[in-house]
Amino acid sequence: MRKVAIIGIGQTPVREHWDYPIRYLGVQALLAAMQDARVDTIGGLFVGNMLSGALSEQEHLGALIADYAGFSGIEAVKVEAACASGAAAMRMALMAVASGRMEVAAAIGVEKLTEYSGKFSTAALATAADADYEASIGLSFAAINALMMRRYMHEYKVNKEDFAIFPIIAHANAVHNPNAMFHHTINREDYARAKMIADPINLMDSSPIADGAAAVIIVPMDKIKKYAGKAVRVAACELATDTVGLDSREDALLLKGVQKSASKALKIAGIEAKQIQLMELHDAFSIMSVLSLENSGFCQPGRALFAANDGKYSIDGEMPVCTFGGLKGRGHPVGASGLYQIVEAVQQVRGDAPAPIQVEDVEWAMAQNIGGSGATVITTILNRINE
Amino acid sequence: MDIPRYWRLREQRYKLQGNVCAECKAYNFPPRPVCLQCKSKNMQPYQFKGNGTIYSYSTVYQAPDAFNKQVPYLVALIDLDEGPRITARLTDILDNKIEIGMPVEMVIRKIYEDGDNGPIQYGYMFRPLLKKKE
Repeated sequence: MRKVAIIGIGQTPVREHWDYPIRYLGVQALLAAMQDARVDTIGGLFVGNMLSGALSEQEHLGALIADYAGFSGIEAVKVEAACASGAAAMRMALMAVASGRMEVAAAIGVEKLTEYSGKFSTAALATAADADYEASIGLSFAAINALMMRRYMHEYKVNKEDFAIFPIIAHANAVHNPNAMFHHTINREDYARAKMIADPINLMDSSPIADGAAAVIIVPMDKIKKYAGKAVRVAACELATDTVGLDSREDALLLKGVQKSASKALKIAGIEAKQIQLMELHDAFSIMSVLSLENSGFCQPGRALFAANDGKYSIDGEMPVCTFGGLKGRGHPVGASGLYQIVEAVQQVRGDAPAPIQVEDVEWAMAQNIGGSGATVITTILNRINE
Repeated sequence: MDIPRYWRLREQRYKLQGNVCAECKAYNFPPRPVCLQCKSKNMQPYQFKGNGTIYSYSTVYQAPDAFNKQVPYLVALIDLDEGPRITARLTDILDNKIEIGMPVEMVIRKIYEDGDNGPIQYGYMFRPLLKKKE
């Protein structure tokens, strides 16, 4: 298999984009990434999306976006893996290039969640869970995460207030990301006052639904000199799965998908967890940040909140997380989030992040995209190319 | 309204019917075509007794559309006595009385109504154990 690199990135701001249909969001991100890569054609297009059928009454996004971008005729498909659809599309594009079947592939993540009012989106998002045994008896996605958070608080004897640190970090970083949904900081009082969604999860624990699209252009490592775009090596992009139903796992706090995907990615990249300098976390809910860090091996089980409250994950800490605001601050256009994470990590590795959130001298960055309550996990490791 | 699903799941929703592996005796709810433990496909139907303990719980304040009229309501993960864990609603209890580890038993309750003209869906919920086990 050939090694691959990302030579171009593009994104739309994360907003309630009432002016744009889903196809335009996708096309905007794709064309921006192509412009950044300075390529005018692509060999294939992989579109990560979860809910276009349910919320825009539009499936068939592969052909549709290829068509509207002016590339009708190329190979193009939609890739779906719930909230992990974005990085799953990246994985498929990577395999297409690594296998030698394509020279230039584009992966885009696109989502439009604000076409209907929030309660429809809540029901649509719950389709990431088990429809027969979770969603159809009344469990929202927040409720499933709440079951994990309550169990975590019980096992490790921590308080709800301890979780405030993750949304506080996310909002603090989002302020400096022009594409983020939110540009205001929050504090512990805001967290304590926030409306309850599914106890113990409140509004501040929950990432906002939004619209947006992000894209990357992938080429083989040995061809990067041919292209003008600033290249970043993809050291690993590994996908693993776990049971869809949270109840089918022996230990609700043990995310085997995270463990497998992260350890495999580190092994393929040939590095240890402590070499990772920043991580774009899948902080759909605060508890997911905690479980993602612990199960990826960045700290011992039960220690993530202590480490976070000691400053380890803040922008000036040992390993900053959610440097562009994460899902909480940048926003969570579900099927696009995985590619926003990768686009943001690329900016960090290139040294192109806005100054206040640029991590110094980044050689290794990780992005982890999680679908459902941990059923699909894709861990991507990016590496700076030293001339 | 998903009538075929409602009909198809009646054995599970009314009777907690799962299955048990004929090879390694591992229990499953919901029923699975392949044993999670030993990968055997020799699975036999098994009706769970409906007793268990609370593994985790939550009070839902913001619900999917179909359940909006019922908020706040309680959901839980319950460890059934036979082994499997099940996701279910809790009933006949206030949220400040719930504790992890509390014994519960299955009852049939209304899960939701599909508008004024749609059918009413019933299914399992769990309540605090009333009788002491023999």
